[in-house]
Amino acid sequence: MAFDKMELKDVEVWDGNFAAAQAMRQCQIDVVAAYPITPSTPIVEGYAKFQADNYVEGEYVMVESEHAAMSACIGAAAGGGRVATATSSQGFALMVETLYQASGMRLPIVLNVVNRALAAPLNVNGDHSDMYLGRDSGWIQFDAFSPQGAYDLNFIAFKVCEDHDIRLPAMVHQDGFMTSHTAQGVKTLSDDEGYNFVGVYKPMNDMLDFEHPVTHGVQTEEDWHFEHKARQHNDLMTKVFPKIQAAFDDFEKLSGRKYNIVEKYDMDDADVCVVCLGTSVETAREVATEMRAKGIKAGVVGIRVIRPFPFMQIQEALKDVKAVATLDRSSPNGAPGMLFNEVAGSLFNTDRKTLLSGYVYGLGGRDLTKVHLTDLYTELQANVDAGKITTPLQQFIGVRGPKLSFL
Amino acid sequence: MANKGWDEFEIGAMLRTFDGKIDDIAGTQQEDRAYSQSSSFTASVADWRIEKPIFNKDYCIDCQFCWIYCPDISIVSRDKKLVGVDMDHCKGCGICVEVCPTNPKSLLMFPEQAEEEAELANWPAKDEKEK
Repeated sequence: MAFDKMELKDVEVWDGNFAAAQAMRQCQIDVVAAYPITPSTPIVEGYAKFQADNYVEGEYVMVESEHAAMSACIGAAAGGGRVATATSSQGFALMVETLYQASGMRLPIVLNVVNRALAAPLNVNGDHSDMYLGRDSGWIQFDAFSPQGAYDLNFIAFKVCEDHDIRLPAMVHQDGFMTSHTAQGVKTLSDDEGYNFVGVYKPMNDMLDFEHPVTHGVQTEEDWHFEHKARQHNDLMTKVFPKIQAAFDDFEKLSGRKYNIVEKYDMDDADVCVVCLGTSVETAREVATEMRAKGIKAGVVGIRVIRPFPFMQIQEALKDVKAVATLDRSSPNGAPGMLFNEVAGSLFNTDRKTLLSGYVYGLGGRDLTKVHLTDLYTELQANVDAGKITTPLQQFIGVRGPKLSFL
Repeated sequence: MANKGWDEFEIGAMLRTFDGKIDDIAGTQQEDRAYSQSSSFTASVADWRIEKPIFNKDYCIDCQFCWIYCPDISIVSRDKKLVGVDMDHCKGCGICVEVCPTNPKSLLMFPEQAEEEAELANWPAKDEKEK
């Protein structure tokens, strides 16, 4: 069945959702099975319109829940198709059981996750609770800081996860509303450029290969289960980063846009820096520049790939920094915070005695302002000057009431 | 297979029904297929069963209901005629007996240790309907 190509301008004004939907269209996906949820709905809605308007050749399956959406994606991927969908928050939580199936069965599905808080209390705005919920699920997790990133990382996600040496599903994260509903200039690829970058989908062990019948979704008990999980972890730890780097390099050649596993900003001589995710990276970069004008050597480390966690790359990026703050946009609910823990692990067995403090911010879409970050950098500089941490190890930013801190 | 290391499996806990390529699977009977070790066809699950179906060909009309309804493809039918039950894979669920439309039934459930010849000799008579 013939489908139409779309003429795009070099720069289009798109929000993150539409950018992701356009990238999905250009990748020529065989099956999208989707269930709508705020704020990711416009991705699958936009994609459905492309399909209705004959810009998409593949199937669009409407299902009765996110659990069913991912289940249908798993079936389609096991059948041998290029597959993607999108979700957020509660829908993501409902998908969790099937996320582990997808990664354990080594099915290269791309899931656009528009990050949103988890109830209760119910909240439709952006934080990273859903992103953190997926971090042990065996998926590759890319993080976009802007609509441009949401567009570009979809192509990169398909290219990496469909590689026969990888065969792991990938999430592309963007911040709910701050990225998903904020229109910005997005530099585009032509339909041919975008599709040629990801290439023709090459199935592997597909169930529709009748000359080589296979069983997917088998049961393994204590005799085999550990070996399969070990293999999956091994591939995440050793094979994924080289492929991501190669995809980033190829993408730079194609588009001129450079992505890095760890995005360093003004880190060459930084004394103080924050490690953060999503739209906060761009805010922090602006504040870091302002801090330099005030004489504080500030830098920003944005994490582009959350899983596998860039343990060594973080260690390298932070090796000469004196004070580091991790910014977790998800309530750790009884722990220091995911980024705090991961970064602490990266730094622990080094000679450097880096001063590490953790901050929890932005829950349920609460703004992270430049004033917050200015205060934060100032606190980090005070830690450097004192040669020790002068604040509690875990502080909340932007919550009303008396200053809240722990540890 | 039990001694394979973590890097010796195919990814995804995926199992192959056959070692290598197979041609004309639709035109090949199960007993003539070279199933692999990892196919469940090569494994007997007969010990899951506490009751077994016994087939009495004298009453069977070859309607194929049992063949269609069996959830484990354990009714063996050749040229549209029921020839028996695959006792390596039958789990004794009794669905074949439930759907059998003949009077008396051509398949009945018996305890696992029942003797087939003795039970066939004592097969129930036709159930007369009261007028």
